[in-house]
Amino acid sequence: MQGGLKQNITKELFSGLYREYRASIMAGDYPALTAQRENAIRRFEESGFPTTKLESWKNTDLKESFAREYNVVLKPEQGVDAQKVFRCNIPHLDTAIMGQLNGWYVSKDVPLMELGNGIIMGSLAEAIKKYPALVEAHLGKYTSSRTDSNTNFNADSFTDLNTAYFQDGVFIYVPDNVKSPKPVQIINVIHHDENLFLQSRNLIVLGKNSRLSLVHCDDSYNHQPSFSNVVTEIYLGENSSLDHYKLQNLNNTSTLISTVYFQMEAFSNLKSHYISLNGGLLRNNIRLRFNGPQGNANIYGIYLMDSKQHIDNQVFIDHAFPDCTSGELFKGILDEHSSGVFNGHVLVERNAVRTNAYQSNRNILLTETAKVNSKPFLEIYNDDVKCSHGSTTGQLDQDAMYYLRQRGIGEDSARMLLMYAYADEVISKIDIEPLKYRIEDMVKKRLQGELQICEACVLHCSTPEHPMEFVIDMTKI
Amino acid sequence: MLLSIKNLHASINGKEILKGIDLDVNQGEVHAIMGPNGTGKSTLASVIAGREVFDVTSGEVIYKGRNLLKLAVEERAREGIFLGFQYPVEIPGVSITNFMRTAVNEVRKYKGLDPLGGGAFLKLMEEKKKLVELTSNLANRSVNEGFSGGEKKKNEIFQMAMLEPTLAILDETDSGLDIDALRVVANGVNKLRTKDNAFMVITHYQRLLDYIVPDFVHVLFEGKIVKSGTKELALELEEKGYDWIRKEQRDNGIAG
Ligand SMILES: Nc1ncnc2c1ncn2[C@@H]1O[C@H](COP(=O)(O)OP(=O)(O)OP(=O)(O)O)[C@@H](O)[C@H]1O
Ligand SMILES: [Mg+2]
Repeated sequence: MQGGLKQNITKELFSGLYREYRASIMAGDYPALTAQRENAIRRFEESGFPTTKLESWKNTDLKESFAREYNVVLKPEQGVDAQKVFRCNIPHLDTAIMGQLNGWYVSKDVPLMELGNGIIMGSLAEAIKKYPALVEAHLGKYTSSRTDSNTNFNADSFTDLNTAYFQDGVFIYVPDNVKSPKPVQIINVIHHDENLFLQSRNLIVLGKNSRLSLVHCDDSYNHQPSFSNVVTEIYLGENSSLDHYKLQNLNNTSTLISTVYFQMEAFSNLKSHYISLNGGLLRNNIRLRFNGPQGNANIYGIYLMDSKQHIDNQVFIDHAFPDCTSGELFKGILDEHSSGVFNGHVLVERNAVRTNAYQSNRNILLTETAKVNSKPFLEIYNDDVKCSHGSTTGQLDQDAMYYLRQRGIGEDSARMLLMYAYADEVISKIDIEPLKYRIEDMVKKRLQGELQICEACVLHCSTPEHPMEFVIDMTKI
Repeated sequence: MLLSIKNLHASINGKEILKGIDLDVNQGEVHAIMGPNGTGKSTLASVIAGREVFDVTSGEVIYKGRNLLKLAVEERAREGIFLGFQYPVEIPGVSITNFMRTAVNEVRKYKGLDPLGGGAFLKLMEEKKKLVELTSNLANRSVNEGFSGGEKKKNEIFQMAMLEPTLAILDETDSGLDIDALRVVANGVNKLRTKDNAFMVITHYQRLLDYIVPDFVHVLFEGKIVKSGTKELALELEEKGYDWIRKEQRDNGIAG
């Protein structure tokens, strides 16, 4: 496969490849996984890729992405110098780094590490072999959409395709009562001379009363087109807590379909941050289920798009149990010909009394050609709830612009200040201080049009000899 | 002459607001501008500051010997024009510190000066905060966000102190201030007064002029300056209101 013919992306292609490479795809499977794959490919063959005819894909057209030819990768590349690809330079941020190159886990030492405190982290392919029972208990268990019939989310054929095909990805297991001392950072880099179509799968399991901070970056290293279909399943055991960061800085010819399933048990806590700085077409499917009472989830998003970039955030939260709280705050700045979609759907089931949920999506359009389609939506089946939703789209505040300029601040700087202040409402929610400062820097660079795709990826930097400097120093004094 | 306004006409959305203003301001002078609601005082201030929504249809404004109307808002500000807003704008997410640091350094850059470093800037800020008795807590907050009316006005004077303008236009900075705050604001202005700068103080109340003693008082009425005098004119207005001005205008109108 590697280095094989470039192909157009069609249902038939994946149907055919699956039959042809079935044996090698399943080589490492435990029996139930094979069964899952077989079911998944059948469903995929029935539904095919989504089109704009589907409600949930109405405003995101994959035609252009599909029109490109890609290499479908089924085997990892040999001889990768992990040290060269992943060099970290966030000052004062001490993370455990897990590298992924073109979807494959890149091991520095061993493919799967077991730390002294019982934490297991490394390659999912390796975990399937070494800990099949642990993986089996979770993998593919949270991806079925229970609410297909009565929501506007269709069973996602991308998840099915991923289940049928995935070979590797990241696996993290935090045992009961263990609090990970360091943030874990997954750096997923796309770097290849040819167009790639890749499908990786990540599984993250937090045991009871455990705690983890997870920084998950998607970066490209060059301007080669790519298509990623990434599925991540995250299980939050009872009373566990996860601080989750998703950073996206991909090139303008990349397509990323990222689907994250959060399964939240009783008393669990989630903070998730989606920071989308660049990408050709970014689709974030976020599906969360409260699977026990008293869960608490906050999801924040900031997206900064320009040229013809497109971002689509789809958030579905299933309040299936009482006394859970969920909050969504997504803010975007759209410039030039970029476009955005926000589709928030909160489902409050009949027994989910005392639910607290709010959804907010706000957008600033900097040009007349930028557009946004925002649809926050509540579906509530009991009376004892506190829910709110809202959506606004506007321009930068002209009175504020005038006020800033009257003090001698030039138009560009004034615009920068206002955009930065707007984004900061989301960025200030980041709890890890060094990470917050780093992301503040990146957002400033992005707003000034100085953020590089290839040289300075989200958190690590392959050209650390260029320190970042800002014309406007907005660091807190 | 610092500022010379001749036969200035300005309109918004086709509606004429300023109908031929003539006004000269020299360095070292304080001019008070009074007049009934809606007669164009804030409009005059906005046109001098360069707000783009107003169209200047005729007349000229010469500032430091240059055609002011050709300059953008920020250029006028960098040339020393400061407007204390009647209604200061709230800017969530921008702290006063960052705002002022950006402003001070952009003005310095324009003048060919090196930017102030963090330490020097903080020192300057402390000094000016004292001048207007601004609490630290306020300075760390977002610009005007959730400020009381009086706090907003104090913040305007603080910004003026930071930027040390050549021509400061204070649009009803005294409105909404309690007696102590009024004194603080007035003291601030008096401390900043030099022989090289000038103030245009727009107010409805003679009380402010007890503290900031003006060299001239002008009455703006229906888009024109219809009367100019010394501080005694303010006292007369306080006593008699604007009816006699209205009557005079009517009579003049008939006479003319
Ligand atoms: N943006 C605008 N659009 C339309 N009309 C405006 C606008 N701004 C001002 N005006 C009008 O111009 C006239 C003068 O307004 P201005 O604010 O200059 O009055 P003022 O003398 O400052 O009054 P006050 O004492 O109440 O502050 C008013 O009739 C006002 O309604
Ligand atoms: Mg006014």
